[in-house]
Amino acid sequence: MSILAVGSRRVAESRLRNMWRWRNAIITFGIGNPVLYLIAVGLGVGSLVEESMPGGIDGIPYLAFIAPALIITAAMQAGQDEVVFPTLAGFIWTKTFYAMRATSLTGAQIAEGVLFAAFGRIVLTSVVYGLVLLLFGAVSISGALGVTALAILTGTCWAATMQAIAASVHDDGGFLSLAGRVIIMPMFLFSGTFYPLSALPLAVQWIGWISPLWHATELGRWLSYGAPTPLWQVCVSVAYLMVLGVGGVVLARRRFERRLTS
Amino acid sequence: MDVAFPPGRHGWLCPVIWARDLTKSYATKTSGDVLAVDSIDLEVGPGESFGILGANGAGKSTTMRMIGATLQRTSGELTILGHDPQHEGPLIRAHLGVVPQQDTLDTDLTVRENIYVYGRYFGLSRAELQPRVDDLLDFAQLQDKRDAKVDSLSGGMKRRLTIARSLVNEPSLLLLDEPTTGLDPQARHLLWDRLFRLRETGVTLVLTTHYMDEAEQLCERLVVMDAGRIVAEGSPAHLIRTHAGREVVEVRFGAQRSNEVVPHLAGIGQRTEVLPDRILLYTEAGEADLHEIVARGLTPTTALVRRASLEDVFLRLTGRTLVDE
Repeated sequence: MSILAVGSRRVAESRLRNMWRWRNAIITFGIGNPVLYLIAVGLGVGSLVEESMPGGIDGIPYLAFIAPALIITAAMQAGQDEVVFPTLAGFIWTKTFYAMRATSLTGAQIAEGVLFAAFGRIVLTSVVYGLVLLLFGAVSISGALGVTALAILTGTCWAATMQAIAASVHDDGGFLSLAGRVIIMPMFLFSGTFYPLSALPLAVQWIGWISPLWHATELGRWLSYGAPTPLWQVCVSVAYLMVLGVGGVVLARRRFERRLTS
Repeated sequence: MDVAFPPGRHGWLCPVIWARDLTKSYATKTSGDVLAVDSIDLEVGPGESFGILGANGAGKSTTMRMIGATLQRTSGELTILGHDPQHEGPLIRAHLGVVPQQDTLDTDLTVRENIYVYGRYFGLSRAELQPRVDDLLDFAQLQDKRDAKVDSLSGGMKRRLTIARSLVNEPSLLLLDEPTTGLDPQARHLLWDRLFRLRETGVTLVLTTHYMDEAEQLCERLVVMDAGRIVAEGSPAHLIRTHAGREVVEVRFGAQRSNEVVPHLAGIGQRTEVLPDRILLYTEAGEADLHEIVARGLTPTTALVRRASLEDVFLRLTGRTLVDE
């Protein structure tokens, strides 16, 4: 990554060192999470769905329908964990960002380094998930490549957004429970994850439209089994994810810099 | 060094720290702009150990952060190691060691890793760092704790680790913000001993403190700050001589009698300071003055004659005691 300043790489290196301490949890969760979800929801719930809807949603097995949503959710969750916790710790709990800032590093480099390390975790999570999807026969090889790449992109863009938000949090306890209950949970439930968004009343469909998970999931279904998706929607969804990603990085860099120099 | 300095009072060709009219103000919601540091001048030469003394809120930490190139000044001039922190922060910080007031150690890492990772932030190679980390563990007397988690260390050990960590880039200027606040006496003495050794190696030390004994132990020269301004400057001995005199008689008469007694003390000592719980008389001859007090029939409940200290200087200059008791 030559586009990454040398200082950012040093921060990423130290973040990876911290993650290494959690390697067992990361790997267990990385494999356990997809396996459990695919068995419980994909096969368990899937058998009920297919019983009542012969031919499944979109004319494909239920497992194939939810596979893109699951891998993308996992990537987003991994990315979020890997930026939100270090950011809250760095600014509030252990204040290590202030120690980093006393070296030749800049605030922007610290922000980039944290995100870059999170990117590593997102790649790992997505690749493992992609392989498990293949093993379960939920996707084809080309589909697996497509959704894995998409999951990495979405997870990274989401991580950047969450990093920008976490960078302005001063009351950590409140933020974590709020983020979990008010952002993540509704997004997971109302983004067409387990059923098409069109199955919901129009009154709550907007949650899906503003949700990066829904945009990414639609893209994923298009990539993985060719779900009919108009080109304009593909463009809007990609643009939306990119705006979150680029906007998140710009904002996070600025907020880190400002918070560490005032 | 690429900056020419106007000839300073101290005559250093290249001062390590050079400030003129250095000012920092913060905008607050309630009371408008607050001046945290109000137009101060500073000059610190290579190898000096320099103290900034002041009560909480006097502007010490704000000054330290501007010197540490992590806080932008509002106005005035400042050069650190010959560079302007406004424009060359990372370059300056590469040559600084910083011991913040609050420990900022990485609790996920071991003692050794904390120093190592910090060295990596400065871009030091693994090969360079291995022996250096080892030396620093020796210096901080933490060799037997090298693989322990930070959480298991005592307060004094954490401070020593923070100091060891701050030395990993072999800084030419070490900034210590209240290095021994919250430590027990034994831990403080151990820390002072380490800082003494550092002084001998020629590192420039700048420290803030509100402990008089610390300032007297460690600082060749110091400034006293109050409400964002420098109110006095000099060596500890010079400051004491100029502002407090030689000796102090401390007498207590009990809270009620204190005010009644004051008029009867007229003519004894050079100056009188009435505190809520005691009266201080600044004098050149403490024993003689105490005899005089007793001779006047003003029997104090307790009496003490002692050498004047920086605490007295501070009281004289600011009208306040340093540590709120």
